[in-house]
Amino acid sequence: MPLLEVRNLHVRVEEREILHGLDLIVNEGEVHAIMGPNGSGKSTLSHVIAGKPGYEVTDGQILFRGEDLLEMDPDERAAKGVFLAFQYPVEIPGVTTMNFLRTALNAQRKARGESELMVPDFLRKVREVSKSLNIPQDMLKRGVNVGFSGGEKKRNEVLQMALFEPSLCILDEMDSGLDIDALRIAADGVNALRSPGRAMVVITHYQRLLNYIVPDVVHVMSKGRVVKSGGKELALELEASGYAQFEDAA
Amino acid sequence: MNVAVAKTGGGRAVSDLFASAEGRLPGSPSVIAARREAFETYERLGLPHRRIEEWKYTDLRVLVGEVLPLAAVPDAAALKRAADAVKAHAIAGACKLVLVDGVFAADLSDVKALASEVSLKTLREVLANEVNPAAGDLLQATATDAVISLNAAMATDGVVVSVADGTRLSAPIQVIHIATAAAASAFTRSHLRIGKGVRATVVESFVAAGKASGYQVNDAVILWIGDGADVAHIRLMDDAADAVNITSQFVTVGANVKLNFFNMTSGAAVSRLQGFVTLAGEGSDLSINGVNLLQKTEHGDTTLVVDHAVPNCVSRETFRAVIDERAHSVFQGRIIVRPDAQKTDGKMMTRALLLSDEAEADNKPELEIFADDVSCGHGATAGALDESLLFYLKARGLPEKQAQALLIQAFVGEAIEQIADDGLREHVIGIAERWLERRS
Repeated sequence: MPLLEVRNLHVRVEEREILHGLDLIVNEGEVHAIMGPNGSGKSTLSHVIAGKPGYEVTDGQILFRGEDLLEMDPDERAAKGVFLAFQYPVEIPGVTTMNFLRTALNAQRKARGESELMVPDFLRKVREVSKSLNIPQDMLKRGVNVGFSGGEKKRNEVLQMALFEPSLCILDEMDSGLDIDALRIAADGVNALRSPGRAMVVITHYQRLLNYIVPDVVHVMSKGRVVKSGGKELALELEASGYAQFEDAA
Repeated sequence: MNVAVAKTGGGRAVSDLFASAEGRLPGSPSVIAARREAFETYERLGLPHRRIEEWKYTDLRVLVGEVLPLAAVPDAAALKRAADAVKAHAIAGACKLVLVDGVFAADLSDVKALASEVSLKTLREVLANEVNPAAGDLLQATATDAVISLNAAMATDGVVVSVADGTRLSAPIQVIHIATAAAASAFTRSHLRIGKGVRATVVESFVAAGKASGYQVNDAVILWIGDGADVAHIRLMDDAADAVNITSQFVTVGANVKLNFFNMTSGAAVSRLQGFVTLAGEGSDLSINGVNLLQKTEHGDTTLVVDHAVPNCVSRETFRAVIDERAHSVFQGRIIVRPDAQKTDGKMMTRALLLSDEAEADNKPELEIFADDVSCGHGATAGALDESLLFYLKARGLPEKQAQALLIQAFVGEAIEQIADDGLREHVIGIAERWLERRS
């Protein structure tokens, strides 16, 4: 059974249809890249999988290990193992990163019927993970993403991925707003999380990111559909020839 | 016996209330005269209503409509319930002064534990002292306001505390007001004199014992702070859900004082804290902060007047209101800068968080500036929880209510963080957390 199966997905935002019958299959252990021009529906797909309000699914299904994700609230999806790394992580003043991480982790564990992690165990785990990602401890005492640079915000997303140990990570344009060094650090963090039991969907405009996170499968999206799929070389082809050829195919 | 209050000009029913209670009220002849004068003022004004600008959003004739009979002196059973409430609401390490249904309860208080530099009398004993010709002064109305006049007329008891100059108190003084009687009223009045150079923390708590409900509190505090003092003043109002609590505070601040005031309102069907702070000495630094947590049909009003009477003082006001269901929050803040009060620095910020479409917030910040070299400003906002923040938290596994709770805690956190003492801050956070648990 695929980890994620998107079948004939049609999605509207207000009166406009963004996704027009999108199909996608992602298996455990695979890394998929979804590329496409602005407005092709890449972020919409990631938002709908995570359960963001404001999108109307008019047709189709999203199955996660065979379960209907569309029937679940966003928190239930997270507890099942779906993680969306945001393109622009929000700032939450007044909620310390540490408190947020512990509350979220324990909420997920509770939803799965696991015991909550006690403070010493949690602290040990956070220290280990943050050290491996070069995240200073004082960053964890600040408000969630408050005053963080673009790179710090993305590293904070990767830190959450490492802590929550999701089965499916969707990285929504994680290269936006990052310089080359920050990009490398964030990508290294993602690569460290690759495992046979975990799949990743990397959404990006540019081939550049895929130099660091090498995908198994590349999909090209245009006008709300996947119009071509191929191996990692497809990304290089896109870099050379652009998206124009696929605009007509859509 | 419920006594209906007639319209402006007073009425027979209220007169009967005062007449029936007068015999039980402590007072020397000068005090009795002061009480009668205050009651005449009350009768002339009647309960406040919306045509009085200061009470525009809290029309007591509509919201309350009656003044309940005076609570009986608490019996042994009531004192037993009150003792349980003291245990539940006492601040760890604080020296407790307990008032039960408006009467000082020595057995529940830590009178002997008070520092030797702190003198304590009860209002009752001061008022009853026939050789004290100035006793009546303790009941001066201090403002033309019906609820304050009624407080002066009916005050049964309170604490009269004086902290000697230069004292550094290591433990907070906590005045705990406990209601045990249903459908009765308590009128309390306390005078606190904080001497020069004193460092002290004063906490006032308003709570219900057991299932006490439907009661009314009319409290007044007259606080005088001497030069160079460093005072933290925390007020925690956690009354029964159907209670009424009207508190009036008059604060006179000397020179070079650091005063940090914090108020938290949670509970009570109708509540109003009206504070009148006069900065009377130069170089003082005033921080006034508060949180209103309101649900159901609760009505919570915070009305503050900060009067910069002298130059070179700083005042900062930070208020947060969280309003759920059909509750109604009112914030009225006025900063007055007198002609001589040059170099005044006054700022006021109030924000309301509306958790339902039917919740209501009225914010009315005002500046009255009569000096020309000042820095003053105010801001007021009202809005709902940010959907993008909510989604971020939910996408990380927090259920809706838990995500909301985290954001609400963050929202009120800015005001609560102004409490310097770690233990007190944690105590206040605990009250906020319990409120959030009740709503989920």
